[in-house]
Amino acid sequence: MSGLAAGIRLAHFDKRVCILERHSTIGGLNSFYRLRGRNYDVGLHAVTNATPKGMKKSPLARLLRQLRMQWDDFALRPQLGSEIAFPGIQLYFDNNIETLRSEVRRAFPKQMDRFDRLVREIAHYDDLDGAHAHVSARRIVHSILTDPLLVQMLFCPLMYYGSAREDDMDWRQFSILFRSIFLEGLARPQAGIRLILKHLVRRFRALGGKLMLRSNVQRFVIDQGRITGVKVEGGKTMEARNVLSSAGLPETMRLCGGTECANPKATGQLSFCEAIAILDVPPKETCFRHTITFFNDSDHFQWRKPKTPCDLTSGVVCSPNNFDYEEPLVDGTMRITSLASYNYWNALDDSTYRLEKLRWYDRILASAIRFVPDFRGHIIDTDMFTPTTITRFTGHENGAVYGIPEKRFDGTTHLKNLFLCGTDQGLVGIIGGLISGITMANRWCLK
Amino acid sequence: MTTTEIRHEVINILADIAPDEDLSDLKDDIAFRDQLELDSMDFLDIVMELRKRHRIQIPEEDYDQLASMASTVTYLEPRMVGLQKQ
Ligand SMILES: Cc1cc2nc3c(=O)[nH]c(=O)nc-3n(C[C@H](O)[C@H](O)[C@H](O)COP(=O)(O)OP(=O)(O)OC[C@H]3O[C@@H](n4cnc5c(N)ncnc54)[C@H](O)[C@@H]3O)c2cc1C
Repeated sequence: MSGLAAGIRLAHFDKRVCILERHSTIGGLNSFYRLRGRNYDVGLHAVTNATPKGMKKSPLARLLRQLRMQWDDFALRPQLGSEIAFPGIQLYFDNNIETLRSEVRRAFPKQMDRFDRLVREIAHYDDLDGAHAHVSARRIVHSILTDPLLVQMLFCPLMYYGSAREDDMDWRQFSILFRSIFLEGLARPQAGIRLILKHLVRRFRALGGKLMLRSNVQRFVIDQGRITGVKVEGGKTMEARNVLSSAGLPETMRLCGGTECANPKATGQLSFCEAIAILDVPPKETCFRHTITFFNDSDHFQWRKPKTPCDLTSGVVCSPNNFDYEEPLVDGTMRITSLASYNYWNALDDSTYRLEKLRWYDRILASAIRFVPDFRGHIIDTDMFTPTTITRFTGHENGAVYGIPEKRFDGTTHLKNLFLCGTDQGLVGIIGGLISGITMANRWCLK
Repeated sequence: MTTTEIRHEVINILADIAPDEDLSDLKDDIAFRDQLELDSMDFLDIVMELRKRHRIQIPEEDYDQLASMASTVTYLEPRMVGLQKQ
């Protein structure tokens, strides 16, 4: 995502750009595939920051302007409504913050003024100025809200959609995620992520950009603190004046031949399993009407790499069907995500791996149906990915979807002409990735 | 290029950067930022589009000169006088 956005900016301003992608298809962490005659998205639950057409100041509008693309190119359809479900208590929200406000008023009446204050602080937070950027979000939120349960409930979706750090995140990240999910909202193109990717690639190529698939970068050729070339596996070395890498910081350091990030604490640890169920009916007919349900089965929400293969205490249930489309989707689909341990899944041999996938698929579903209607009788096809799937297809170590905990906001590295973009630069998600690519290209390659 | 042509070219650039803005009654002596919803990234794009389209280099200390249409045209005139309209 970030690579394509950077590529479009550079090609637009007449730079010669080549995007090297190791996989046989585009998209990285947000790609798509076909299995037994059906289309699947790899990651996409929802596109965040989904402000409506005509809102000129939002991140979505800004990135579209920068890419010279139209709002309609993304064809976003808003969510129907989602919920955060803890034992005996739910908070419902949609793309209008008033809905969440009235839910907080209903469930936490004494916190109402404090919640409004939190929203104001976040709305006014300037992430470019970066005040309190590295302060613990938990500390700040706890200084405003006094009911710990409300704090846990608000953190749950934000952690799931973008925290690389265990049990906390920094205030900047919290503010960005809060805005992108609660203040701006969730949406999805009817055709899924492939539609957005198709438009990005088309635009990149129309500008003269070169996209090379199945081109695994093996290492960088370095001379006196600069990259002079990029060695592609089984191919030649390409000359490069500047290199932007979305592979992740530790992964990129490895391509430099270095070990700058050998410290395991500095690498990302948080990864997921996702169980996908295709149903013979639209999910709403099983009474699942929400777009997304974020659940947690106690008052305490834990965001850590689990000691078990999957953490069944919390999860995300999402149905791509439950967006406000003009026409219904062909298949009914439910996706359930839970935290998972890379080490566990990575250590299994092939046949145990397959067996464990089946076992944990059932457990993940059994865990989810404590919070959503039981849809299991309608399943006609299934798929499941684990942390090792993520590593295999995107190269991200430990299957760490949100990368390293300490981000490199300025994108610089120890080499003068090598810059990071994407996840490890500091912006995650589809919209975050696109913005990251744009800002890094602007800052380091276009000035 | 004449000043009218330069103005026209700046309008073209703005239309490209911000396709949703109505530029038909843009006031020349009011700052762009007071009548258009452009942010700093968009302003940088004006500079970059001028470079791309007309090979004009604008040093960072001169960015202030591009605050409004009037000041932009005044600033660009001596730099674009020899250029042909494309
Ligand atoms: C299961 C899941 C669900 C998600 N759900 C959502 C969601 O609902 N909404 C949302 O906004 N975001 C979601 N995300 C997150 C989002 O997909 C990512 O944050 C975003 O796509 C990251 O983009 P990126 O450009 O930083 O990195 P990547 O997508 O990882 O791009 C890096 C690319 O570099 C390639 N690469 C790596 N090493 C090399 C090499 N040596 N040579 C050549 N190529 C290489 C990789 O193959 C990859 O394509 C989800 C992610 C996952 C995994």
